Amino acid sequence: MIGLEHYLTVAAALFVIGIFGLFLNRKNVIILLMSIELILLSVNINLVAFSSFMGDLVGQVFTLFVLTVAAAEAAIGLAILVCFFRNRGTIAVEDANVMKG
Amino acid sequence: MIQADLTIILPEILLSLYAMAALLFGVYTGKDKVAPLLTWTTAGAFVLVAAWIGLNGEGTNVAFGGMFHDDAFARFAKVTILLSAAAVLLMSQDYMERRGLLRFEYPILVSLSVVGMMVMVSAGDLMALYMGLELQSLALYVIASLRRDSLKSTEAGLKYFILGALSSGLLLYGASLVYGYAGTTLFSGIIAAAGEGQMSLGLLFGLVFVMSGLAFKVSAVPFHMWTPDVYEGSPTPVTAFFATAPKMAAMALFARVLHDAFGGATADWQQILALLSVLSMFLGAIAAIGQRNIKRLMAFSSIAHMGYALMGLAAGTVFGVQAMLVYMAIYVTMNVGTFAFILSMEKDGQPVTDIAALNMYAKREPGRALAMLILLFSLAGVPPLVGFFGKFYVLRAAYDAGLAWLAIAGVIASVIGAFYYLRIVYFMYFGDEGEELDGGKSPVLWAFLMASAAAMLFGVVNLFGIEGAAAAAAATLVN
Repeated sequence: MIGLEHYLTVAAALFVIGIFGLFLNRKNVIILLMSIELILLSVNINLVAFSSFMGDLVGQVFTLFVLTVAAAEAAIGLAILVCFFRNRGTIAVEDANVMKG
Repeated sequence: MIQADLTIILPEILLSLYAMAALLFGVYTGKDKVAPLLTWTTAGAFVLVAAWIGLNGEGTNVAFGGMFHDDAFARFAKVTILLSAAAVLLMSQDYMERRGLLRFEYPILVSLSVVGMMVMVSAGDLMALYMGLELQSLALYVIASLRRDSLKSTEAGLKYFILGALSSGLLLYGASLVYGYAGTTLFSGIIAAAGEGQMSLGLLFGLVFVMSGLAFKVSAVPFHMWTPDVYEGSPTPVTAFFATAPKMAAMALFARVLHDAFGGATADWQQILALLSVLSMFLGAIAAIGQRNIKRLMAFSSIAHMGYALMGLAAGTVFGVQAMLVYMAIYVTMNVGTFAFILSMEKDGQPVTDIAALNMYAKREPGRALAMLILLFSLAGVPPLVGFFGKFYVLRAAYDAGLAWLAIAGVIASVIGAFYYLRIVYFMYFGDEGEELDGGKSPVLWAFLMASAAAMLFGVVNLFGIEGAAAAAAATLVN
C-alpha cells in the first residue's frame, strides 16, 4: 500500500535534486530552468497528495494555478535567456559574470 | 454576494483593465511614440487609485470567502506602493526617453506589477499570495532586462529570474507543507491550526520555507546575493522602482503572513527574524564600504534598511508592525529623492554611477548638493532628520519586546553604515577637483529631489500624520 509519506518522500527528493541542480550546475542555464521546473513539480506532487488524502479539492486547484504560472515563468525565462545569448554569445553559467556578485 | 466581492477588489480590477487597454492602445497606435503619454497617464491612474483607496476605504472588508482582505493595513501599504510607483514613473520618463529606452511596455509592465503588489498585501490565502507574488515578479523580471541590447541589463534580468524563481519555489514548497499540515490554505484556518504553541513539525518546516522565500523577496541576508547585481545592471529608473514599491509590498506581505497566518506562534518565528535582521544590518553596512558604484552602494544600503524594518517585525507586537510601516514609508520617500539625484548624474549625456564623479559637486550645484546631503544624513539616521525617527521607532519596538541585544546591534550597525553615506557627502563638499558632471537639468527630477529633502526636514514636526495611520493599520493586522 502506498501511503501519503511515500508521495511526500518522492516530492522531497525531487525538491532536493532541483535545489542541488541550481547550485552545483556550472554548465548551462537551460539546466537551471529544468531544475526550477523540477522544484515546482515536486510542489505539485505534494499538493495533489495532500489534497487526495485529505479529501479536500483546494490542493488540486492550487496545483492548476502553479502549473499555469510555471508555464508563464518558463516563457519569460527563455525570452530573457535569448536576449542574454544575443549579447553574450554563450549561455554557460560561468559566463554570466560581467558583474561579480 | 459576488457583486459585493467584486466591489471590494474594484481598484485592482480597474488597474488591470487599464493595463490591458493601454497595451491595446499602444500596439494599435504609435507603439513607442505613445510611450511618454502612457507613462503620464499610468502615473495619473496610480495617483487617482491611491487617493480613492486612501480617502474612501474604511473598515475591514473580506472578499471571496476570506481570500482577499481590504483592511487599514492593506490600504496603508497600497497607498505607499501606488504613490512611489507613480513618482518613479514620472522620474524615469525624461531619462529613458533621451536614451531611447522608453518603450511603451514599460508603464504597462509597471502597472501590472503594481496590481500584483496590491494583491500581495491584501492576500488572505496562500493561493492569493502566490498569484500576487508571481504577477509582481514576472513583470519585474522583464523590466530588469528592459535594455535588450545591453549585456549588463540582460544579465541582471537573468540572475534576477533564476534566483527569483528559486525563491518562489521555496515559498511554494513551504506553502504546500502548510496546506498539508494545517488542512487549509486560508490564513484564518492556518492560524487556528498553528496557534497555542503546539505547531506540528510539518507546519514548522512549512513556516521556515515560506519565510526563506519571503526573505529572498525583501533581500534579507543570507538571501540577498541577487540584489547588488540586479541593482547595478538594470537601467537606473528600474533600479529606483526596485528599491521602492516592491520592497514595501514584500515587507507588508511578510507582516501579513506572520501575523495573519502564524500570529499564534510568535516565539517560533521571532528568533529567525531577529537573526535575518541582524545579519542584514551588518552585511549591508560593511559590504557597502568598498563600493564605488552608487547603484551597488544603494543596493547594500537597501539590504541594511530591510534589516531595520525586519527588526520592527521581529518584535512581534502591534507597536512593532506600526514601527515597520512607518520605517518603510520613510525609507520609500528617502529612496525616491536619492534616486532622483542619481538619475540626474550624467556627463555628456551619459549616465555616471561612480561616486568619485561627485567631487566638489557642491561648488557647482549648491542647492542639489544640500538636498542630497539632507537625504544622506536621513538615510544614515542622523537626528533630527526623519530617518532618525524611523530608526528610533524600530529600535524602541525591539527594546520593548525584550530584544535589547538586537536594538544595540542595530545602533552599532547604523554607526558603521553612516561611514559610506558621509563619504559621499565628503566627496561633494571637500573632494578633489576632478572631472565635472554636467547636464541633469530636468525639472521633474529637481522637484522630486527637493520635495523628498523637504519632507525629511519638515516631517520631524508630526511625520505628516503617517504615525496615526500606521497605528490603525497595525491594530487591524495584529490581534
